[in-house]
Amino acid sequence: MSNINIKINGQEVSVPAGISILEAAKSINVHIPTLCYLKDVNVIGACRMCLCEVTGQRALVAACVFPCSEGMEIFTNSPKVREARKVTLELILSNHNRECTTCERSGVCELQQTAEDLNVRDIRFPAMQEEKYVIDDVSPSVVRDPSKCILCNRCVSVCKDVQGLGALGATQRGFSKEIAPAFGLPLADSNCINCGQCIINCPVGALKEKDDTEKVWAAIADPNKHVVVHAAPSVRAGLGEAFGLERGSLVSGKLAAALRRLGFDKVFDTNFAADLTIMEEGTELIGRVTEGGKLPMITSCSPGWIKYCEMYYPDLLAHLSSCKSPQEMMGAVLKTHYAESNGIDINDIFVVSVMPCTAKKYEVQRPEMKVKGVQETDVSITVRELARMINEAGIDFNTLPDENFDEYYGDYTGAGTIFGATGGVMEAAARTAVEVITGKEAENIDYEAVRGVEGVKSAAIKAGDLTLNVMVAHGGSNIRTVMDKLRAGELNDYHFIELMACPGGCVNGGGQPIVNAQEKMTHDIRVERAKALYHEDADVLKFRKSHENPSVQKLYKEYLGEPNSHKAHEILHTKYEQKPQIDYKK
Amino acid sequence: MDDFVSIDNLTPLKEIIAKHKGAPGCAMPILQEAQEVYGYLPIELQKTIAEELGVSLSEIFGIVTFYTQFTLVRKGKYRVGICLGTACYVRGAQNIVDRFCRELNVEVGGTTPDMKFTVDATRCLGACGLAPVMMINEDVYGALTPDMAPDIIAKY
Ligand code: SF4
Ligand code: SF4
Ligand code: SF4
Ligand code: FES
Repeated sequence: MSNINIKINGQEVSVPAGISILEAAKSINVHIPTLCYLKDVNVIGACRMCLCEVTGQRALVAACVFPCSEGMEIFTNSPKVREARKVTLELILSNHNRECTTCERSGVCELQQTAEDLNVRDIRFPAMQEEKYVIDDVSPSVVRDPSKCILCNRCVSVCKDVQGLGALGATQRGFSKEIAPAFGLPLADSNCINCGQCIINCPVGALKEKDDTEKVWAAIADPNKHVVVHAAPSVRAGLGEAFGLERGSLVSGKLAAALRRLGFDKVFDTNFAADLTIMEEGTELIGRVTEGGKLPMITSCSPGWIKYCEMYYPDLLAHLSSCKSPQEMMGAVLKTHYAESNGIDINDIFVVSVMPCTAKKYEVQRPEMKVKGVQETDVSITVRELARMINEAGIDFNTLPDENFDEYYGDYTGAGTIFGATGGVMEAAARTAVEVITGKEAENIDYEAVRGVEGVKSAAIKAGDLTLNVMVAHGGSNIRTVMDKLRAGELNDYHFIELMACPGGCVNGGGQPIVNAQEKMTHDIRVERAKALYHEDADVLKFRKSHENPSVQKLYKEYLGEPNSHKAHEILHTKYEQKPQIDYKK
Repeated sequence: MDDFVSIDNLTPLKEIIAKHKGAPGCAMPILQEAQEVYGYLPIELQKTIAEELGVSLSEIFGIVTFYTQFTLVRKGKYRVGICLGTACYVRGAQNIVDRFCRELNVEVGGTTPDMKFTVDATRCLGACGLAPVMMINEDVYGALTPDMAPDIIAKY
């Protein structure tokens, strides 16, 4: 694209033709406040926070949608601009439930930050809020508090266009306008898949996860409970941000140390179960390929994707792997093998999982996720909740020593750790499947073709005489693309498909630390966090293939027998059923 | 014209959808015609429309709640619309509304249990010369006094 010359606050700049004033200003580090803008997703010019003056334009223009043209003169900081932005912001604030001191978003709130940036100290409009708002906290995952909603529409666009669902929408008009599910249904009865993408893209505290930290504190304090915790792959790639560390910092050691100091009796790692998943899922795949099972087989670790499939592709449920997710495999193993070998009553063991995900909160309470009649995972908390617990406990995260996870169920390989990025499950499966099929050690175990943030990726993986055609997609609308093709019979040559509900996979899960929209303009957090995982895989860990995990091997020897054995099926596998998209008959 | 199709029968709706589907902005005419046929737009109809058009229910619901012409609740066979525009209001239209509500034992916007009458306050009907004025379906009544209510109701 050709470049054009413009002037911003008197400074001459050359920028690509057609980019917005906001992007042009960003390129020379001139800050323009925004609230509704979300790069590539919600570019609608609705909030009017980004108003700027352009010579020759009668009215102020919205920088996020106004394109630059040759010779344009822009002022981002004139008295007129400052006053207009302030009035706009004061109007928003006059209709906002300002309770920052008790708001979960305080400190990472774009509205609060903008008020600070604009030096707003006084609101010249009377408070408008009526007490008409009802908090929707029916969903186990997402809490919606309309009293804090600024109607920016970001969640609507994310849910509709990125996730392909449209569970949230604009309802009513004028002063009664509310962003909500249709017919005022609770999110839990809408077509929401609990992914939490709306939460991490909401600028304020209007959407948040259901806080389960009290349940965890209570269990830790209960002398009759043996409380074990395990943390998912991508937690180590995200948690550091909550303590000011650079994005992409790998914090496995500090994570283990922090969990221990919180008072958990044992600190394990979901990565162990990720390795176990590969043993089960890889074996299932080889079985389906060689013995003629339903193909392509599709991964089943993302509970958001599972719900998607149950609601929108019930006719294709047979393609799902029967494997439970790593979270549930871990819970099942801890409540059976770990409990039995340590003489702990299954009812006294309390399993907490730390997940990058809000859908995991939904998964733990699914009726399928039981072992010997008890719930496998007692509580699932997000990375954000863990960070809050660490703060609450007065632990200085950044000065913690690096510690190890407890042995056996805390042992993991690089294959387990890369589960947290899109393509990771596929790569981990390939590392094992190829060696199992050929019986030889593979020369190259880096499957670059399935890495990265392209929405839909395919590759052909050679395993001796066999070629496995695989596909990887992440984010709801990419999932739809793939599933519609599958339904139309266009993917019959494929053997294995990895689908993750969140764009980028778990590193960008709905339970990860919040990154504001301005930061996302210039950083792809999916890529930056994934780097931490690929680094741990390539440079830190001794083993990089799930079948080489000595503790997983031991578990098979001591307890499960072999992958897909009767015992393994009993505790590690399940099946799913059709669900209504909108449950309005309740 | 007042006997609406039951929402158990989705055939007319499907015909309406088939007629408009594919045209840009087709949700509007579909919703309008569906409301004419069924009298209101409950979740069952909106869900069918959403599914057939391949959009989310929240999108359809957003349109329905944005425009005042659409209604989510079933209205009575006779829709009593009493004008509360300025001219009618200053000539005591509020008393007319109150009286009709009392006679029929419903709130404004409400429908009698036998589904016969719905009472609504409306915007200006454009017949200010007759203020206070009201309509029952297509019939116009003007120069109203509260005491006329029982006789008017008795006609239906
Ligand atoms: S959403 Fe932001 S501005 Fe509103 S109460 Fe919470 S922290 Fe304060
Ligand atoms: S959790 Fe996911 S599916 Fe549910 S409303 Fe939010 S973005 Fe949509
Ligand atoms: S809930 Fe959050 S993201 Fe959605 S419109 Fe309100 S403020 Fe914006
Ligand atoms: S109008 Fe530009 S950020 Fe909202």
